[in-house]
Amino acid sequence: MSEPTTQALLTSAMAGNRSHLARLLSQIERNSKVETQVRLALAGIPATSVVIGLTGPPGAGKSTLISALLTHATASFNKTAVLAVDPSSPFSRGALLGDRVRMQSHGLGDRVFIRSMASRGETGGLARTTATAIQVLDACDWPLIVLETLGIGQVELDVMDLASMVAVVLNPGWGDTFQANKAGLTEAGDVFVINKADKDGVEQTRADLQDSLSLLKPPLPINIFETVAVKHQGVEALWRGIEAYLKEAQKLGLLEQKRLSRRRRLLMRILQRDFDVRMHAYLTSEYGDNQILGALAGSLSIEALRADLFEYIANVDKRPR
Amino acid sequence: MENSQNRILMAKTGLDGHWRGPTIVARALRDAGFEVIMIGMANTDDIVTAAVDEDVDLVGLNIGGHIDVAIRSIKRVQEVRPSLPIFAGGTIPPHAAKQLQALGVEVYPPGSQLADIVDAAERLTGTK
Repeated sequence: MSEPTTQALLTSAMAGNRSHLARLLSQIERNSKVETQVRLALAGIPATSVVIGLTGPPGAGKSTLISALLTHATASFNKTAVLAVDPSSPFSRGALLGDRVRMQSHGLGDRVFIRSMASRGETGGLARTTATAIQVLDACDWPLIVLETLGIGQVELDVMDLASMVAVVLNPGWGDTFQANKAGLTEAGDVFVINKADKDGVEQTRADLQDSLSLLKPPLPINIFETVAVKHQGVEALWRGIEAYLKEAQKLGLLEQKRLSRRRRLLMRILQRDFDVRMHAYLTSEYGDNQILGALAGSLSIEALRADLFEYIANVDKRPR
Repeated sequence: MENSQNRILMAKTGLDGHWRGPTIVARALRDAGFEVIMIGMANTDDIVTAAVDEDVDLVGLNIGGHIDVAIRSIKRVQEVRPSLPIFAGGTIPPHAAKQLQALGVEVYPPGSQLADIVDAAERLTGTK
């Protein structure tokens, strides 16, 4: 049985073939040439999906919360896709992708598509190909994409670039007022969730968060919700809050802005990768090596080396191999 | 070709308990460089959906409870993805092992070495 071509997979996935969509997502992860080809093929298609990002520390209950939100989200959007990122081992490159354990038996059948992704060496809380995966799901008519980052610390906030809105999930006792005022995580949320709110310390966590958030000047008010996701408590109220946010954000043109920034981000990433590949080619070529040796010996200035590198990068495609 | 980690679905059929076996196997596969998608206790629909949506290269089933439940899941997976290899572990009595093997499922009963299971995963996914 021969593999369908990338274009055939894409056409079929866009026509609603689920297994071809799944296969395409794997090929994008495996092969950057496929990713480039898919991106070029989708370049003219405007982004329309809403992307809700969920982020927060490991064990905060992000997956369980998504599972509990699925019913409400799917009732509103008709179909929901979930991309759930977990970390790859820097040692073995293997990964244990466990988010799906919490998301089983949603009873929504084909209206939900869940895909687990390993971070594969990326350090921003997502995988290298997450942006392209979102673009593909968007093109395949998944109107709502829920994006779960791996468990993050303070600054792994790539999700901000890709999501229409970000929900930060924390727990009671998560930190004190200083923690809440540190840069990063508490600047990233459009909505905050204190999950496991049946544990002690909810009031303090809420107060610390409120203090910190009160100093921001967001385009829309930032609300804090309390949930006990495993018991489905507070989840419907959270969903209503998310919907209300999306509605207001749509009115203010924020969602369109986010879609643009999503595409911009994708473009920058592609240019960056092209640059990295060419720079690597320079560094590993005999020619580049000689230039570097020259710079080390002092016969070539660092400015001249830089100019030579940039010239090489600009013209590498025209050089004979 | 970069980042060509193979993906394995790990599910439990039947019994919600005896988690240690599949967890240790998942860990060994992770350490061997596989991406292991755990779905835990799962019914037939969950297993089939995950096998398709996650586009895995291999399915590992931890079989507890009645063998018929596992066989129903295996047949459904094979209908949807005929060339997808499946291996199984757990407390599987000899007559049940024969039924599984007849379906092309490799069986690793209690006492199997982790190294043999990892070897099998590498062979079945064409990793080595």
